[in-house]
Amino acid sequence: MSKVSTLGAELEVGMNAGLNALPAADASERPRRRRLAAQFKGWVVPFALLVVWEAAVQLGWASAHLLPPPSELVITLSDLAASGELLRHIGVSSLRVLVGFAIGALLALVVGAAVGLSRELEAYLDPTFQALRAIPSLAWVPLLLLWLGIDEAPKITLIAIGAFFPVYLNLVAGIQNVDRKLVEVGGIFGVKGWRLIVRIFLPAALPNLLTGLRTGLSLAWMFLVAAELIAATRGLGYLLTDGREMARADLVIVAIIVLALLGKLSDSVLQLAERRLLVWRDVYDGKRS
Amino acid sequence: MSEPLLALNVSDKRFQSRPVIDGVQFDIRPGEIVSLLGPSGCGKSTLLRIVAGLDEDYRGTVRIEGAPPHLHSPEVGFIFQEPRLLPWLSVADNVGFDAGRGGGRHPRVRELLAEVGLADFADAYPKQLSGGMAQRAAIARGLFAQPSLLLLDEPFSAVDAFTRMRLQDLLLSLAARHGTTLLLVTHDIDEAAYLSDRIFVMAANPGRIAGEIEVGLPRPRDRAAAELARIQAQALALLHGEQLDYLDLRSELAARPRPVEPVDFASLSFAV
Repeated sequence: MSKVSTLGAELEVGMNAGLNALPAADASERPRRRRLAAQFKGWVVPFALLVVWEAAVQLGWASAHLLPPPSELVITLSDLAASGELLRHIGVSSLRVLVGFAIGALLALVVGAAVGLSRELEAYLDPTFQALRAIPSLAWVPLLLLWLGIDEAPKITLIAIGAFFPVYLNLVAGIQNVDRKLVEVGGIFGVKGWRLIVRIFLPAALPNLLTGLRTGLSLAWMFLVAAELIAATRGLGYLLTDGREMARADLVIVAIIVLALLGKLSDSVLQLAERRLLVWRDVYDGKRS
Repeated sequence: MSEPLLALNVSDKRFQSRPVIDGVQFDIRPGEIVSLLGPSGCGKSTLLRIVAGLDEDYRGTVRIEGAPPHLHSPEVGFIFQEPRLLPWLSVADNVGFDAGRGGGRHPRVRELLAEVGLADFADAYPKQLSGGMAQRAAIARGLFAQPSLLLLDEPFSAVDAFTRMRLQDLLLSLAARHGTTLLLVTHDIDEAAYLSDRIFVMAANPGRIAGEIEVGLPRPRDRAAAELARIQAQALALLHGEQLDYLDLRSELAARPRPVEPVDFASLSFAV
């Protein structure tokens, strides 16, 4: 996690240096130091909690069986890692999320762009999507198992469904909110049809699209766990079920931590992309002007 | 007298049965600088949009070098009231927008940016520009396709008075250097008098030409010159000849712009 945030900080510094040639940007040492200090402050509470947790178990206030202390979790984690089992679970789960998210996001990109650009299509399609969106994720599971068996297909489909809606909704909103005046600029320069979409609508809707992609990705992880909890022999969701069935809280907690890390890591990748793609945006950046 | 670059004759133009232009007719010769001066609601911006091909719903004939107006005519450049730079493109890419993606690398972009004093800002994003700088970039974008006729819709109304004077001088020098004909819409009498060879003073409800003023002063002009003041007084007299009763708000209310409606992209001719 720390690695990720350092990477982000480095990128930001790099970008500031790039803009340094311009009078508008200034990259001095002070804000960076302040940011490092803020990051340090962020670690205080988790670290204190770990200490209290460890102490509580060692002193016998809590059962080590139900609440394994951090030291034991480290051992479980390293055992799982050493046997290669952890990496296999991570690999399987990540691949499912990646494929499902890619399918869902891609479909949402096409459908969202079409619905966003055409009032006619919106009138036909949007109510249906709004209704489908209201279905809770777990409600799909039995149906998908019935239709698609217990292989990869139902899991990928469920994840794709999870990723689809946030991307779709944000993209439609983004396209419909494109400034008419900018569309007119495209018109003045004779940009129409497909080129108008690529040169005006998509870049203008990009901030919304990226928000949608990030929400979609986090939902993809959520739906992954739903899919793997119920029917899987591999993956982090399976590790959760396995831990519960064997009454091994340490396995459950390790799986939770790994899921959190993977979710954060994948989100950071998109966040990096977002920062890089949206440098042009004129937004309040928290700096005093 | 040479062939007119623009021959305009709009007999009738309505917004939802309300007449906004009633019988406006004029010609512009190559190299001229012409202003349409008038109060808001006199249809001067609508005329400009018709010439640009943005509005095709009118009665009459408009010919630019003999051809009817159409969007993306290489003969015509358009500069909006606001810069309307695309915020996700660098200044250079905005100026070279017409050359397609990566148009910022076109050699003419560098030249134009240097001419408008933005050579150092080629790679900046529009958010890093001041209002005057952004409008300069917009002027460079308007000139990129080397149009023979440049249309300007109240181009300097959003900048402060000092920037406006500098931009006016910049515009004059660019027009002279590129041999561009200018058709400018403005509600600023000083601006019309300072820039123009001819001024068409317009009256509202419905929009029509109240009078034409030949400025006929050599350039560079002295902003404080008595002749210029005389032109301004003449324009003012034509504007006031309109006998607007300021206490009668009925026509104002009728001319009130419609409430903003969401854009129907399907109805735009250039949308999908």
